[in-house]
Amino acid sequence: MPTAATFEIEYLQYLDADGKLVRDDLPALARDVRELVALYKEMLFVRVFDSKAVALQRTGKLGTYASCLGHEAAHIAIGSAMQEDDVFAPMYREYGAQFHRGVKPREVLLYWGGDERGSNFSGPAHDFAWCVPIATQCLHAAGSALAFKVRNEPRVAVTVVGDGGSSKGDFYGAINVAGAMQLPLVAVIVNNQWAISVPRNAQTGAKTLAQKGIAAGLECLQVDGNDLIAMRTAMDFAIKRARHGHGGMVIEAVTYRLSDHTTADDARRYRPDDEVKAAWQREPLKRMKTYLMSLNAWTEEEEEAWKAECAAKVDAEVNAYLETKSQPIEAMFDYTWAELPADLAAQRAEAIAADKSAH
Amino acid sequence: MPQITLIEGVTQALAWEMKNDPSVVVLGEDVGVNGGVFRATQGLQQAFGSARVIDTPLDELTIAGLTVGLAAQGMKPVAEAQFEGFIYPMMEHIACHAARLRTRTRGRMTCPAVFRAPWGGGIRAPEHHSEANEHLFTNIPGIRVVLPSSPGRAYGLLLAAIRDPDPVVFLEPKRIYRQYKEDVPDDGEALPLDVCFVLRDGSDITLVTWGAQVKETLEAADALAAEGIGAEVIDVATLTPLDFDTIHESVRKTGRCVIVHEAPRTAGFGAEIAARLANEAMYDLLAPVERVTGYDTHIPLYRLEMKYLPSVDRIVAAAKRTLAAS
Repeated sequence: MPTAATFEIEYLQYLDADGKLVRDDLPALARDVRELVALYKEMLFVRVFDSKAVALQRTGKLGTYASCLGHEAAHIAIGSAMQEDDVFAPMYREYGAQFHRGVKPREVLLYWGGDERGSNFSGPAHDFAWCVPIATQCLHAAGSALAFKVRNEPRVAVTVVGDGGSSKGDFYGAINVAGAMQLPLVAVIVNNQWAISVPRNAQTGAKTLAQKGIAAGLECLQVDGNDLIAMRTAMDFAIKRARHGHGGMVIEAVTYRLSDHTTADDARRYRPDDEVKAAWQREPLKRMKTYLMSLNAWTEEEEEAWKAECAAKVDAEVNAYLETKSQPIEAMFDYTWAELPADLAAQRAEAIAADKSAH
Repeated sequence: MPQITLIEGVTQALAWEMKNDPSVVVLGEDVGVNGGVFRATQGLQQAFGSARVIDTPLDELTIAGLTVGLAAQGMKPVAEAQFEGFIYPMMEHIACHAARLRTRTRGRMTCPAVFRAPWGGGIRAPEHHSEANEHLFTNIPGIRVVLPSSPGRAYGLLLAAIRDPDPVVFLEPKRIYRQYKEDVPDDGEALPLDVCFVLRDGSDITLVTWGAQVKETLEAADALAAEGIGAEVIDVATLTPLDFDTIHESVRKTGRCVIVHEAPRTAGFGAEIAARLANEAMYDLLAPVERVTGYDTHIPLYRLEMKYLPSVDRIVAAAKRTLAAS
């Protein structure tokens, strides 16, 4: 039979789990030690932040929190590859990308600490906030990309979805319309192997998640999501071609969720310890540190000094979060509409009165 | 002055606003060269180009999600669900995102979008093409639910909906899309949202309705008038936020009220109006509030659908029961 079409999914990795280069055709980034050190420091910062946030939840000072442990390379690569006027539509654990874009750690804490003001953050005003319903953000990114196309703006929309999220119609709808309309959309599937308790192989019979983009007519690539150099190279490539009108791309970042799904989850119920132990051998920071030290670009002393600096910065953010007073009761009314309808104004007054009499 | 139908009021409003506001885009299935299956977007793609009148892939979920994304980035999208019965995949984006984008970001992002859908039964359409489910949206904070019931109100309310800084679900009673023509100046004048329209004055009974039932309700008022009964007819037009004052003022005068809608009765929007009357107008009432509605069944296929929809006879009978009480 003649062949109607053929496809293949390439896999990109420069740095293996031991921090050794596995290819010769290196991007300039692989030798740009200043940039790599800067990005590595961001990875370390978000790890320090993450561990503090989990500790805050465990001590009753934060609500349910979604950890980003193990995803640092993917997240920092995404954030650092974007321009400020690009639009980011995250799911809910991409703090590394958001910090790079100007979101403050105290704002992340405020959101998970039960206060909407966390989503009125210091990052770009056009960036979407955390998106809990799973994969819906992909279509908001596609809609943003459509706005850029209609207005002829050289901007790119970047979205992140999980391996589980890639099962949803929103994800397929987004990449499908991006293919049909040639939209500047970069969809990153951060495949951390687990959708709460359901493993990657229960989500789909597809060999890779990247190949889902083929059905939509997009460029597709599977990347070692723990390899910062590979992730950033893939993101640079995807964003550049999208910005120049060559269409969207699906990047599958293969990584591992080293934490529970959220602090409300206990992964020991469903996940073998051996698997987690093995995943720690592949985690993103260790290999980057080894690589940087092999280039004489980083030392143990610098590592310890930077970690101490991160801890101090995170403490200052935590203090700012803890000192933030709750909003007054009327806040729940005041942003529902541009102008408060009369009936709702009456409910607002009723709520204020009820609140006063309760004190 | 041009005489136009209700659906031409929709088209005219879209064309006016697209001409005067470059941020307005129309998107949906078959809205482009075909002009929509009901022709609501007829001629728009020819006039404004395929970049602004966008045929999307056949997926309501995609349409709704794109609409939220467009609106969040400063566009004013007008999305079309081809039929109200196909709007369900859009609901997650309407409820979880469009309706709460402003509040969840404390005003940083907003969603000035319109979700249009041909609504209701009575056109001998196939299954899933006749739904009236406005009540599924009226319980969602942060979205307006608007139903025009005349060519002029279609034009004026759609202009207002597009200009509104918050999302609007705009449900078009397709049974009366081409029921009659009226003079509607194409002058870009919007009508006010959030107010009821008193279509007919009367002092004996208040008939409250919206959408296509405005037709039967006005006919019922005619029939009652022939018997010397003065019925006031109110078109609610914007269900949420509700202009209860206009309804209350009328009931203060008449003491009697019948609510007419074609959606199922239980937890239909008539229940909210009846509850408000019980709470705020109890001592103005001379008789129990009646509801004439679709039954608590799925709207039947077309051989039986007119027996499901409120008829003039059912409205008149309810009015007479109400008038006979006390």
